[in-house]
Amino acid sequence: MSQIREKVDVCVIGAGHAGCEAALACARMGLETVIFTVSVDSIALMPCNPNVGGSSKGHLVREVDALGGEMGKNIDRTFIQSKMLNVSKGPAVHSLRAQADKAEYSRSMRKVLENQDHLVIKQAEVCELLTENIRKNVSEYTAEDGKNRGPENVPGIGMDDVLEFGRKKIVGVKTFTGAVYEAKAVILCTGTYLRARCLCGDSITYTGPNGLQAANHLTDSLKSLGIEMRRFKTGTPARMDRRSLDFSKMEEQFGDKRVVPFSFSTDPESVQIEQDSCWLTYTNEKTHAIIRANLDRSPIYAGIIEGTGPRYCPSIEDKVVKFADKERHQVFIEPEGRHTNEMYVGGMSSSMPEDVQLAMYRTVPGLENCRIVRNAYAIEYDCIDARQLDPTLEFKRIEGLYSAGQSNGSSGYEEAAAQGILAGINAALKCRGREQIIIDRSEGYLGVLVDDLVTKDNTEPYRMMTSRAEYRLLLRQDNADIRLRKKGYEAGLITQEQMDRLDRKVELIQKEIKRLRETSVGASASNQAFLERMGSAPLKTAATLAELMCRPELSYGSLEEIDPEREKLPADVLEQVEIEIKYQGYIERQQRQVLQYKKMEQKKIPADIDYDDVPSLRLEARQKLKLFRPVSVGQASRISGVTPADVSVLLVYLEHRGK
Amino acid sequence: MWSDTIAAIATGLSEAGIGIVRVSGDDAFAVADRIFRPAGEKKRVEDYESHTVHYGYAVDGGEIIDEVMLSLMKKPRSYTKEDTVEISCHGGLFLLKRVLEAALKNGARLAEPGEFTKRAFLNGRIDLTKAEAVMDLIHSQNEFARRTSLQQLRGSVYEEIRTLREEILYELAFIESALDDPEHIGMEGYPERLEGVLESLLGRIKRLLDSADDGRMRKEGIRTVIVGKPNAGKSSLLNLLAGEERAIVTEIAGTTRDALQESVRLRDISLNLVDTAGIRSTEDVIERIGVERAKKYASEADLILYVADASVPLDENDSQIMEAIGEKKTIVLLNKTDLPAVVTKESFLDFYRKEKNLREEKESAFRRSSVPETEKSPVLCVINTSMREGTGIEAFESAVEEMFFGGEIRQEDEVIITSLRQKEEIQEAYESLKLVQESLRAKLPEDFFSIDLTNAYAALGRVIGEEVGEDLVNEIFSRFCLGK
Repeated sequence: MSQIREKVDVCVIGAGHAGCEAALACARMGLETVIFTVSVDSIALMPCNPNVGGSSKGHLVREVDALGGEMGKNIDRTFIQSKMLNVSKGPAVHSLRAQADKAEYSRSMRKVLENQDHLVIKQAEVCELLTENIRKNVSEYTAEDGKNRGPENVPGIGMDDVLEFGRKKIVGVKTFTGAVYEAKAVILCTGTYLRARCLCGDSITYTGPNGLQAANHLTDSLKSLGIEMRRFKTGTPARMDRRSLDFSKMEEQFGDKRVVPFSFSTDPESVQIEQDSCWLTYTNEKTHAIIRANLDRSPIYAGIIEGTGPRYCPSIEDKVVKFADKERHQVFIEPEGRHTNEMYVGGMSSSMPEDVQLAMYRTVPGLENCRIVRNAYAIEYDCIDARQLDPTLEFKRIEGLYSAGQSNGSSGYEEAAAQGILAGINAALKCRGREQIIIDRSEGYLGVLVDDLVTKDNTEPYRMMTSRAEYRLLLRQDNADIRLRKKGYEAGLITQEQMDRLDRKVELIQKEIKRLRETSVGASASNQAFLERMGSAPLKTAATLAELMCRPELSYGSLEEIDPEREKLPADVLEQVEIEIKYQGYIERQQRQVLQYKKMEQKKIPADIDYDDVPSLRLEARQKLKLFRPVSVGQASRISGVTPADVSVLLVYLEHRGK
Repeated sequence: MWSDTIAAIATGLSEAGIGIVRVSGDDAFAVADRIFRPAGEKKRVEDYESHTVHYGYAVDGGEIIDEVMLSLMKKPRSYTKEDTVEISCHGGLFLLKRVLEAALKNGARLAEPGEFTKRAFLNGRIDLTKAEAVMDLIHSQNEFARRTSLQQLRGSVYEEIRTLREEILYELAFIESALDDPEHIGMEGYPERLEGVLESLLGRIKRLLDSADDGRMRKEGIRTVIVGKPNAGKSSLLNLLAGEERAIVTEIAGTTRDALQESVRLRDISLNLVDTAGIRSTEDVIERIGVERAKKYASEADLILYVADASVPLDENDSQIMEAIGEKKTIVLLNKTDLPAVVTKESFLDFYRKEKNLREEKESAFRRSSVPETEKSPVLCVINTSMREGTGIEAFESAVEEMFFGGEIRQEDEVIITSLRQKEEIQEAYESLKLVQESLRAKLPEDFFSIDLTNAYAALGRVIGEEVGEDLVNEIFSRFCLGK
């Protein structure tokens, strides 16, 4: 029987948000790439909420964009409402969130993929990963006759030792139909499809989201390669027919008057469109009573669901049980798109049986006569324990195999896309024989996300949160380009022209900050009068413009009157100038912390370190280090169970070894 | 890379003789300039020749602490291969500690256990073959510090720090949930509320710091209350403990205005007997001050000595005493065992258990959860004594030692160093909360508050040996209802 056999550079398994970014990055870096999906119609599908961005997720989208990804541009093309969240708070937590026209989003991304050079879309289920053993320590296994036997043939060495000594290397994938694609790198972006099952009450279907075909074979192949799997759970609320809802009983939620685009490359004028509204209503005691009365029919409370669900995205059952004292919960009714009547019921995901769902939804004001188009459901799926990955998202023990997105145990479109582009860039760099990139915790939310995934024990789908970023004053959505564009440029995803534009922007920012710090304002009568008018204390001695800007009641804009020499500068330059000056004290403090942090990150731990050889490590630390093999002393220090004393011991050992 | 400046007491600590405070790192000379005033010509420390010794005064601000000798070693000709200053003091432990504190206030940080040696090694001073010994040293010193640091914190201080942390964590979680999910959680009026919370937190941390200054935070002595029925032998016990032939007795001003303390030394442990004045002037504390106040005394004590008369039956008064004792560590001295015994160890314990069960039944209706048993040492033990014949005192001493130190007596210097480290951390928490207050007053947005709140939380955690880990994320999810 003859089979198709093709040779490519990179195979991407899955065409969700991670897969799209990964495949685009590889193809744009010039590698022959094939992206597999169980259904071409489900490319960049948004099976849950109809929005992109939100607190800290908006940051991720900006970072993807800075690196040369597609998500920001795609949502700028297809959004129907947009808001900057947290505008009353500090600049570090401002975050964009847009409502997407789901179908348009998906179609638009598909078009980008279809027209991308070097990229081929293939509808097929990948069932098997093809690998070879690497025999690195050949000399150790060379028999007396000089013949290399490989570790597995040396008496007294078991399979564990093979994994320990001889890492594996990816050589390709095999599809359900038997076609083989040889590849130098493979990126797993399987989302929620691996051995997926959907639950709605006691009705269980063995499908991926939206009834799409699940991928039931790949898990076995992953397990046979020694990859540790976990089972996670998530859920989505019902979709309703817009015509059955009474919006007069809800509060209308509008988008921002002036929309800010996600992408640094989008012309801001192009996103000033007519926007759609969302609607706010609330659950009440009646809703909660129905839920309580039917808890025994919820598969989660009845114990049918084995997977661990996310705490940040609780089902309405969870909310009612865990926050029993709350009299009501918010419900956001959001359009799924412009060419559909389906409305998303945000805040009420559920895995209750159909009849309970309908009854509980109908207690909510405005939903009394609702007709459900799609039921709410919970979905369970296989994903990997991401601690098997390096911060490049490559498997530690399987060279050339990468994993990104929900298959790493994260949740959310944005988290997926962010990992996707990183895995894509690194897979491509690897194929080119170039050094891979790591984004660390001080460089981006993407760095925090990846570090948390590969270092911490995550027992639920991981969502990005602003509290997870310890240097968040530096990791703002407004400066993602300054932070990360260079990395995208070096990888080859950002053009020279884009880079030049950024360099000019940075130069203008620095020049203006310098000028404000050096321009001093005297205590003249006109200046004092100005300050009085602004409700600001009079000057005792001369002060610089920068010093005045630090006063809460003053800003760059309001100082125009006493700063006649200023030049007209672009808005994005002024934004940076204002933030850098106003929050200088805090920013400098975080920069100092980052310096400390970087020192530890830069202390690399050699891949072949034998922790049994390090004396005086505590047993717990030794076990954890052996298991997770951190790449740097910094990463080691973040593993739970590794104390500062263990880190000191490790530093001394590394120094000793280095000499 | 290891260029920040560290300081520590480099000699073993003993009350007598000379001790040395060592400062090492890039800023060692600058730190020395701030805490050393030469007796002769004014000169910057940096301008002295390397390996020279100078006479002068150690100062803290304007105040002279001690007459000292300062020696300096310029890099790389020092133990750590860094700029190093050693200040020799001769005024005993207390002054040595003050000099170290002055260094910490002026730009140095307290060295980690084994850190001078670690630096010496990393900078190539110590032979590579000694690497293993260096790692062992770091390991063992850290283990020791970790073990002792918790042991010497008074229970009430430990509890207070935990409570403070819980309160800070709640505020942090609130702010962070509001930032993460602004549409579900609003922050109207929050700065005003936080202002009040901060006020309270700062006041309480200030009190902790004050108590750290006069040593109350440390278990220098075990706060001990003697209770018992009239004529059970309380004053005999006191006389026996305080008798000149076996203990050093000092009368020191107590921690509260009305109570006097007497410090009694048993083997290597000090017992601070609280309200001994009360015991001496009236025969019966419980009777005089009433059960409620006795409970209060008991709650503030680390140890209760319950003197019971073995020659008369247990009665209502004993029930009251047992109620006052509650769950405190108690040693029961079953006295007058030289007389015909009515009460034995066994019958006493039976009575005690019955009383306890009765109380618990009564209370269980109100209690939400029982207090978790954290201490492994026995909470109550009974010893037969005869004050008249002076028997049972040996057993009593062993019981105290076992109860508080698991039979192991700590080294005095470790105690001082760890308590200094703890104080430094509490100070940091205080400064961080002050910064939150500043941000509040400068009307900065809420997300700025959480930066310093986080620092305060982490610093207090280090005092009681707890890491931050996933605390915040867990708190957010358990307290606030988020999500789509």
